Order: sequence, then C-alpha cells, then structure tokens
Amino acid sequence: MADASDSQSNPPVDPAPSGPDGERKLLRLPDLDRLIGLLRARGFRVIGPTVRDATIMLGDIESAAQLPSGWAERVEAGFYRVERRDDAACFAHRTSPESAKRHLFPPAQKLWRADGSEDHPQPVVEDRSTAPRLAFLGLHACDLAAIAVQDKVFMGGAYVDHVYATHRRGALIIAVQCTSSAPTCFCDSMGTGPHLDGGCDLGMTELIEGGEPVYVVHTGSEEGAQLLAGLAPPPASHAQVVAAEQLVAEAAAHQKRRMQTEGIKDLFYQNYENPRWEEVARRCLTCANCTMVCPTCFCANIEDGTDLSGRLAERRRRWDSCYTLDFSYIHGGSVRYSPMSRYRQWLTHKLATWIDQFGTSGCVGCGRCIVWCPVGIDLTEEVAALRMSARAS
Amino acid sequence: MGRKHPKPKLAVWKFASCDGCQLSILDCEDELLDIAGAVEIAYFPEATRAVVKGPYDISLVEGSVTTPHDAERIHKIRRASTVLITIGACATTGGIQALRNFTEVADYVRAVYPTPQYIETLSKSTPITDHVFVDFELRGCPINKLLLLELISAYLNGRKPVVPEYALCLECKRLGNTCVMVAHGAPCMGPVTQAGCGALCPSYNRPCYGCFGPKRTPNTGSLAEWWRHHRDMSEEELVRAFRGFNAWSEAFRRASEAHEQTTMK
Ligand code: SF4
Ligand code: SF4
Ligand code: SF4
Ligand code: SF4
Repeated sequence: MADASDSQSNPPVDPAPSGPDGERKLLRLPDLDRLIGLLRARGFRVIGPTVRDATIMLGDIESAAQLPSGWAERVEAGFYRVERRDDAACFAHRTSPESAKRHLFPPAQKLWRADGSEDHPQPVVEDRSTAPRLAFLGLHACDLAAIAVQDKVFMGGAYVDHVYATHRRGALIIAVQCTSSAPTCFCDSMGTGPHLDGGCDLGMTELIEGGEPVYVVHTGSEEGAQLLAGLAPPPASHAQVVAAEQLVAEAAAHQKRRMQTEGIKDLFYQNYENPRWEEVARRCLTCANCTMVCPTCFCANIEDGTDLSGRLAERRRRWDSCYTLDFSYIHGGSVRYSPMSRYRQWLTHKLATWIDQFGTSGCVGCGRCIVWCPVGIDLTEEVAALRMSARAS
Repeated sequence: MGRKHPKPKLAVWKFASCDGCQLSILDCEDELLDIAGAVEIAYFPEATRAVVKGPYDISLVEGSVTTPHDAERIHKIRRASTVLITIGACATTGGIQALRNFTEVADYVRAVYPTPQYIETLSKSTPITDHVFVDFELRGCPINKLLLLELISAYLNGRKPVVPEYALCLECKRLGNTCVMVAHGAPCMGPVTQAGCGALCPSYNRPCYGCFGPKRTPNTGSLAEWWRHHRDMSEEELVRAFRGFNAWSEAFRRASEAHEQTTMK
C-alpha cells in the first residue's frame, strides 16, 4: 500500500511500456482467473467489466468467467448498444458507462450520526478502515487520468477527503490499453490515452490469437510485480510486444473526435456572452447525466436529517451537480437559474476554470458525457462551434 | 389533556382520488407507531373512525377538486389548518382525471350515466393550489412514503425538508442504473420529471412515466424533438407521453397541447 501522503496508488517501477521485451510477460485467460482468485484470497474486492442490463458495466466480479468475453459496445452521441463479436476478447469494449468514481467517491454516504437521547451526544463517524481494499481490473488510460484528477481534488490540498482517501490509498489497479477507439473517444487529443503511462500496478494489452485472448503485461509497481510473479508467467515474445503497441497506436490514430485545447482558457473567458450558449441551452435538458457519468466531476450536496422524534440526527452526502437549481441556491434564489448559465458552468468549469483551480483540465476525453447525454449533446462539437463563432465575431 | 405541549394534530382529507396516497401512509407500517407517537391523528377516515375537532396543525390533502361541493370544502379545510400539504399527483396537478380538461366532460356524463341530471361535476379537475394557499406540494402517483416521513419529521423538528426538485436522472444515476433511454432506446420521461420515486421504473428497465410531474425548468421541447427524430415517435404518441398522471401540470400541458396542435394541422 502506498504511503499516506502519496496521491498515486503505488511507486512506479516501469511506467512506460517501452522497456526491454523480456520485462513483458504473457498471460492467458485462465491466468486472469487465477489472478482474480489471488486478489480475492488477499481480501480484495475485485471490480471489473461485466455484462449487465445490456451494458458492459464495472461491477463486482469473482472469476474471469464474468468478464464480457465476446462482447463490445457500439456508441454514438446519446446512443449505446452491446454487440456480439466473433472472437472471445474480454477487453474489446472502451469506456464503460461508469468509471472508478462510483467506488472511490460513492454516490451516497452517511458522514456521521448522533443520538440525542444519550447524556452527551457525540457524532459517530463510520469506521471505513475495515472496508476491503479495491482491486480494479480493466480500467483504461482515460480512467487513470481521471483518477489522477480526482486525487488532486480530494487529496491534493490541505483538506483531504477521508472517504475518497481511504478507498483510493487501498486501491490496486490493473489497467488495459485500448486496442481500438470508440467514435466518442478523444483521449488522444487530451493527451490522456489510449497509451498507458503509469498510474497502475499492472498494465495489460489484449491480443487475439486464433480467436482467443492473450495478454501482454507490464508491471507498474512493486505490488503489481509481486502479484504477477505469483502467476509465474512466461515472457511475451518480441512480436507480441510489437503487435500490442501497434494496436494501441492505431487506436489513437483512428480517433474521430478531437478537442483543440490550445488557448482553451482564453476561449472560454472571452466568450461568456457568446450566442452559442443559448443555442445549446435550447437542447440541454439540465438533467445532469453528463456530470453524473463524468469521471472527474466531484460535486456533492450535504443533507441533514432527523428521525420523527428529533433524537437521531444524521448528515449525508450525495452526488449533486451544477445542473440542479438547489446546488447554487443562496438566500433569495439560485444564482444559475437559466439552463444556459448551467450548461455554461459545466463546460467552463471542465475545460477552463478547472485549470486555474487544479492545474489540469477537468476533461480526460473519455466521451461518457457524449454517449450518456439523453439528447446527444457533444462537448467537442460545442467547443469547435465556440471557436468558430469567436473567430467570426 | 393538561399537557403543556400537546402533540400536533394531523388530519388527512380526501378529494377526487384513488386513495393510493392515503394507502402509502398506512403502508408506513414500521413507522406508523412512531407517527402516532409524534402526532395526534385527529382526522383520517381511511384509517380510523375517531374524529377530533379542528383546528389542525397539519392537513394532508389527497385528491383534486372536481365538484362544486369540493371547491367549497377545501376552503373550510384551509381555514382549519395551520399547514396544508397536498399529497400526490391529483392534489398537486389535477391527476389522471384531469384528462377530462382536454375534452367536453358533459359528453362523458351523457354517455356513461343513465340519468345524467343527477351528476353535478365541474368541467375541469383542478389541483388544490388553484383554490387555496398550499404550504408544500408532495409529488408522486403515488407519493413516496419515505418523503412523507421526511416532510413530517422536518415539520416536527423545525427544519427544511430534504425533498428533491431536480431531474429523476440524478436519482437514477446515483443508483447505478443503466439509462434505458440511451442503452435501450426507451422513451424515458426522467430528464423532465422530478426525482423522488427512487427511480422505480428505470430500476426495472422501464422508462419513467412522469408520475412525479415536471422538474423545475423542464425542457420538454428538446426531449420530444429527440424522440421524434431518433425514435420516430408520431405527434399522437408525443401527446400521450405528456398526458399522464400530471397532464394538467403547466409544463406537460403546454407540451401535449403543442403536439396536439401539430396533429390537427
Ligand atoms: S467532460 Fe465528458 S469526455 Fe471529458 S472527462 Fe468528463 S465525461 Fe469524459
Ligand atoms: S462541472 Fe459542475 S458538477 Fe462537475 S465539478 Fe464542475 S461544478 Fe461540479
Ligand atoms: S448536456 Fe446532456 S446530459 Fe448534460 S445536462 Fe444537458 S441534456 Fe443532460
Ligand atoms: S433511464 Fe431515464 S431517468 Fe434514468 S438516466 Fe436515463 S433518462 Fe434519466
């Protein structure tokens, strides 16, 4: 486990997958099953992709049989369908509907409770130190980039969020490199993927040989190296290592969507009144789906409650969003009443003010907000349109 | 008697409705004793015949106003109540019976009743707020009993109730549901509907029917536009989508009427 002040999960050993071929190992599907078993034997809760409700979703898994073998997704703006593949690939899907956020920063948590019928009521905070460590299997490069962003948000300053920090410090990450891109992916232009660049304990690339998956694996931490050694894998061949890197490079090259990030802060700061905002607001439902699925959005509301008698009090935290009116309610009303101002807040925060606040973009190019927007609003299109109209005026 | 702080008196009133919301109160089985311990249930014919005279501290009103007699009765209840809370879609937006508001009710009366002259009914089913001042409107068809408990707890403890006004999608996403609109192509009303039901339908892979009525600043036009283009929904289907339990709420009424006008063109 990483030291408490460390925002990365584990000390990197071999972050860039460009070392000598001998360091790459080869795993097969039965090895992945053993790996999952090993993690569970060590007390980890293993979270990986699995087919559920016609999506490839991150969830609790107990064996490799639960991986989405032979499935992938077809996505577009506001559209998602799972589809059969003609091979047994387990990691052919790209971004899942949800990210690691749900597990590191749970959507609803009790923060404390107090019982007023006691003589000296003291708030009771739940003990989280006993929760099982999380092992994520199959996160992508953009997911790791998003975790690095949330590390800054929740653990980067003087005030560390203990809920997040407890889950995060215990987490082990086995990532996969994407060997294809979805039409909604734009990580390449955000510099966050699909190539893995550290931030994980083990990194894998899936190759299909004779219809069956094999995994070229590199280590990213001591703990990852130990885990891998337990499986005693053979080295990957030079050809396999080259083939793996080739697929990742092609995945990057084939990305259809791009975000031009140059001068993006100024673009936003100089275009608060751009008419494009009104245009997108006519389509936006202010439903908050984009902020819910975004792996970096971190907003929550604090709610206080009592029971009928008023003796038991409790404070809860739940995911909230700048799209709700309650979220920006101060005395007298909401400061962002118009849907226009709420859409503008979301995009300006993600792409501009986030940089001032945390020294990084709030967007990692995963495309989730595009896929899961019920009316298919696409932020890359909005930014391009903003640029166009800024140039015209 | 003789207590310095008598328990607040609670009354439950029924107007035109199916009694489903009152049943939600009785459905608070585990909590019912706590409620009875915290308030005096002074008038609740659905549950007890005992009647304690007013005035009442809290009145829960179920149902919409559909007869001249009810239109008078609600004023008496308002005068006898410190706080008046409407419960459910009928009391809050007119309910499913407000479908009559889009037609000629007299035609139905003639078609259904052998002696229509005995029927005294108003041409529209209207929400309580059209008649008297309402302190709080609890949405839903039926209401969520947990929100009712929250509302009563908040009132008794003098705090602000935690009742959401945002889109159902937040509740749905927090639960980790698959979005039935994006992943199954189902016409889900969630993005324009107020949260509070616990995302019941999407949790069972069904689209939301809008039982909790419009959320604040609902964009019904954009949602309908998407359905028209990506699901090939006809104008008639769009009219029906917005004409459910909350058909007479301003936002859904405007939406359905707009599509109805297009069908008549
Ligand atoms: S803004 Fe959209 S594309 Fe960017 S990280 Fe969030 S969900 Fe992904
Ligand atoms: S975009 Fe909105 S929900 Fe996301 S972090 Fe910023 S203010 Fe919060
Ligand atoms: S951009 Fe899309 S997902 Fe986000 S609030 Fe608007 S309609 Fe909802
Ligand atoms: S299923 Fe319906 S309520 Fe849930 S996120 Fe999708 S549109 Fe919203």
